[in-house]
Amino acid sequence: MTIQSKMIEARPAPNSTIGAVAWLRTNLFSGPVNTAFTLLGLYLLYVLLTPTIQWAFINADWVGTSRDDCSREGACWVFVNARLGQFIYGLYPGSEIWRVNLTFATFAGLIAWLAIPRLPYKRWVALATLVGFPVFAYFLLYGGHFGLPVVQTHRWGGLMLTLVLAIVGMVGALPIGIMLALGRRSEMPIVKSFCVVFIEFWRGVPLITVLFMASVMLPLFMPTGISVDRLIRAFIGITLFQSAYMAEVIRGGLQAIPRGQEEAAAALGMGYWKRMGLIVLPQALKMMIPGIVNTFISLFKDTTLVMIIGLFDLLGIVQAALSDSRWLGFALEGYVFAAFVFWIFCFSMSRYSQYLERKLHTGHRR
Amino acid sequence: MLSKKNKLVLLASAGALVLGATTVAQASTLDDTRNRGAVQCGVSDGLPGFSAPDDQGEWQGLDVDVCRAVAAAVFGDAEAVRYISLNAVERFTALQSGEVDVLSRNTTWTTVRDTTLGLNFTGVTFYDGQGFLVSQDLGVSSAEELDGAAICTQSGTTTELNLADYFRANGMEFDPIVFDTSEQTVGGFEAGRCDVLTSDTSQLAALRIQLADPDSAIILPEVISKEPLGPVVRQGDDLWFNIVKWSLFAMVNAEEFGITSENVDEMLDSGSPDVARLLGQDGNYGEAMGLNADWAYNIIKQVGNYGESFERNVGMGSPLQIERGINALWTEGGIQYAPPIR
Amino acid sequence: MSVRPQARPVGQKPPFWRDRAKRALMFQIMLIAAVAAFLLYIVGNTQANLAARGITTGFGFLSNTAGFGIVQSLIDYSSQSTYGRTFVVGLLNTLLVSALGVLAATIIGFTVGIARLSPNWLIARLANGYIEIFRNIPLLLQIFFWYYAVLRAMPSARDSLSLGEVVFLNVRGLYLPEPLFESGFGLIPLAFGVAVMASIALVVWNKRRHEVTGKRLPAGWISLGLILGLPLLVLVATGVPVTWDVPELRGFNFRGGITVIPEFLALWLALSIYTASFIAEIVRSGIQAISHGQTEAAQALSLPRNLVLRLVVVPQAMRVIIPPLTSQYLNLIKNSSLATAIGYPDLVSVFAGTTLNQTGQAIEVIAMTMAVYLTISLLVSMFMNWFNARVALVER
Repeated sequence: MTIQSKMIEARPAPNSTIGAVAWLRTNLFSGPVNTAFTLLGLYLLYVLLTPTIQWAFINADWVGTSRDDCSREGACWVFVNARLGQFIYGLYPGSEIWRVNLTFATFAGLIAWLAIPRLPYKRWVALATLVGFPVFAYFLLYGGHFGLPVVQTHRWGGLMLTLVLAIVGMVGALPIGIMLALGRRSEMPIVKSFCVVFIEFWRGVPLITVLFMASVMLPLFMPTGISVDRLIRAFIGITLFQSAYMAEVIRGGLQAIPRGQEEAAAALGMGYWKRMGLIVLPQALKMMIPGIVNTFISLFKDTTLVMIIGLFDLLGIVQAALSDSRWLGFALEGYVFAAFVFWIFCFSMSRYSQYLERKLHTGHRR
Repeated sequence: MLSKKNKLVLLASAGALVLGATTVAQASTLDDTRNRGAVQCGVSDGLPGFSAPDDQGEWQGLDVDVCRAVAAAVFGDAEAVRYISLNAVERFTALQSGEVDVLSRNTTWTTVRDTTLGLNFTGVTFYDGQGFLVSQDLGVSSAEELDGAAICTQSGTTTELNLADYFRANGMEFDPIVFDTSEQTVGGFEAGRCDVLTSDTSQLAALRIQLADPDSAIILPEVISKEPLGPVVRQGDDLWFNIVKWSLFAMVNAEEFGITSENVDEMLDSGSPDVARLLGQDGNYGEAMGLNADWAYNIIKQVGNYGESFERNVGMGSPLQIERGINALWTEGGIQYAPPIR
Repeated sequence: MSVRPQARPVGQKPPFWRDRAKRALMFQIMLIAAVAAFLLYIVGNTQANLAARGITTGFGFLSNTAGFGIVQSLIDYSSQSTYGRTFVVGLLNTLLVSALGVLAATIIGFTVGIARLSPNWLIARLANGYIEIFRNIPLLLQIFFWYYAVLRAMPSARDSLSLGEVVFLNVRGLYLPEPLFESGFGLIPLAFGVAVMASIALVVWNKRRHEVTGKRLPAGWISLGLILGLPLLVLVATGVPVTWDVPELRGFNFRGGITVIPEFLALWLALSIYTASFIAEIVRSGIQAISHGQTEAAQALSLPRNLVLRLVVVPQAMRVIIPPLTSQYLNLIKNSSLATAIGYPDLVSVFAGTTLNQTGQAIEVIAMTMAVYLTISLLVSMFMNWFNARVALVER
């Protein structure tokens, strides 16, 4: 009989529970069913990815100027390359493109400031983004002041127009959405029912009929002699449509703020607007940011619908380029390019919103 | 209260933004146009020869030349046009609602459009008829062999209606495949979605050259309808109606008198009374339309006469290679005829 | 909340603008006045514009002859039918693609959502890849893509792919044989009805028995057998009173049978795949929302894994899943209006497109189209509220 006088060194875990093999075992081959699924998944990946990679990269043509440079059987990225300027800036005159670049660089800067948690003065930057930037962008993009030549809106197009539509829709919808959400929670029956009807109306109809209405009927609603630019009409349609969705997101955020907050503010003698503006909305808006980003993503995707009313957003201009008789037969390349651009924007925004959600939702996770 | 003030500022700035991009003006289209500094012209969404943007994004075509002629008459500057591209579905509402001053978009003159839609056709720029484009290897030589075919056509056009009539009258069946734009229609035809593409014969010529291999398709001999195409204006503004109407007539008359964009300056002192009246040397025929005496001179100088425009855009000098045919002047066996300037 | 902070000498009434109730009343009257003024302004302008331009108004056009053909129609339609009928044809086509889209999106969505939670790493990653790709690309682009892909992948009518010379597939669509019912077929729907009633009775009985005795029958399987088996039995017993109208190549195209046009296929595919990516996320978060305590408690009662899912997790998850699921269904129905981009004859394409243009009566046509979608939304919302009230947990 031996008595162990000292602690036995911990032995390493058996090989079957650590390392790559164990990981494979637990995650991929833990049983016959699982193994079958894994093999099925691998087969699926093989079937889908090999031809895609071959087409998009290995057999693709990248450089050149005309369709004759596309001799291999893969993708002809030359087409996208040749049209890239149009895809991004539409028919915006070449010498004025710096204005578009400057506008979006400014916007990217503002958004980056807002998105990075460490930077200070968030409130002022947000105000600048919501109020100052649209005015700045209008003067820069449209021109007509400060010696900048006017660029008519029918020359706007491509990715630039997509971004302009989405941003204007968003900035316009936010204040209307806040008003509607507050109205929907109001105790005044007429205000409340007006807001409910307004919200449910716009949420109940497809965006395409809203755009049809904005493009076809809005001019009939105006007094004789007033004509509104068709881009402005699209803005109006998109903003009204978006504000209803925004109102619902904001209502969700408002509901998340405990009633005690508002009651405590009321106990301190604050009036309605002070209670909302200083106590409830600042707390609620923070909770709503993921929801707002999500509606922005759907708005961003929905802007493609403007091509049906004859505006050339990114998808519209790609579609138009496909019928150029010098570049027939490259539809797939055009669609893949447009899909890729949209995907990059939407995916990064959705990642950001998920990150925020995780940051805001602490606790109850396992 | 702070937030109320904010709301007011917001409203005011929103209002200012909208107003900044709108044009407020009086009831007359001519005044509106003058204030704006440009004619708003509704054109197609890209139909080579009639209205399509070239590589530089500049609009070209027979229909576009009508817009330019009106601008030349009103402003003395053929470039003072703002083009608004419209698909077949939106074109009439755009005109009715005042989004465009004149619609010059290969539009067929029909009773309904002239009456219940509240529009006025100002003349005919192109006498057309509906035809069929079929793939060469279908082995079809007449429209009467098309029973059971799938036929691509553009939504909201007279072709869509003529097509149904023609097949019913001949006791044949067909599947209508309807697209929103002419580009999509060609795309559908090319992808084999349909056997036949139907449209006005002039458009078929234009669409055919858009095919990857134009020789693979033929245009059948049958013409199943009358399609007089021309510019359209709203009802209720006779002055503007006259301006558009006579801008077109000036181009046709110029061809008849042999005035071209090149020789118009020499023609100023040609001595022919017809030419003198047209070019404003004898009397001021523009005055009653609110225009200058040299309105027609400007049109011819900057846009050219009807024949020049035809040759440049759709005729033998263009990729479309359409014969003058019935679109020749009445003096040359066609039916293009303009009333005299008097 | 009638909190009133300032002290006020007793007996003195506050000025009326400080009185909550009066202020609210005034504010509401102002709102009504503003809205009414706005509406009057719009209506006045519109009437003036319509009159000035001599545009015909009213719904009389609905009984005029349409004069154009429609490629797919669930009811009898010819170019001699009225505009009113084009409305019905478009509406039915919208409902058709929506119903089938909802069905397919639900199946794909639930499959992918459950796969997303699979313990198999590869399967979970693949499901995640599906969700991230299709959720972040605009639907319209996907519709174009599928339409283009469908058209490009299919052979021409003369080299159709065929399945036993009965089913044909080519660029013009999918051709299926159409059953033509003879007399005596009426028994089959009857048998189906009987089977459904019997199944409902069985499920109710099984539930009661389970509560009393703790024993349960596999009621789901028995019901499935009944519903499928009984009509089949009747079908065989009556000597199969069905003949098939098989499509055949006549002239340029196949005639006879049922034609599924490629526009439908592309739209249906795009709508299902796109919406499924959202449904998958809803299913995943619904299942994840169920606290682990629930699963662990059920396991502690030694319930087998499939019963844990069926009796504990799924019923609770459904409560979380169904509200957002319904709004996805609504989105799908509204998104089906994108049909107009590829020429599938739905309501927006046929009615708000062609009919609007042939008649020029924009206001009437757009109003009717919007009313249809609004009605559908309201019906679905009403159902949702009813459902929520029924399944809501009564807490505290």
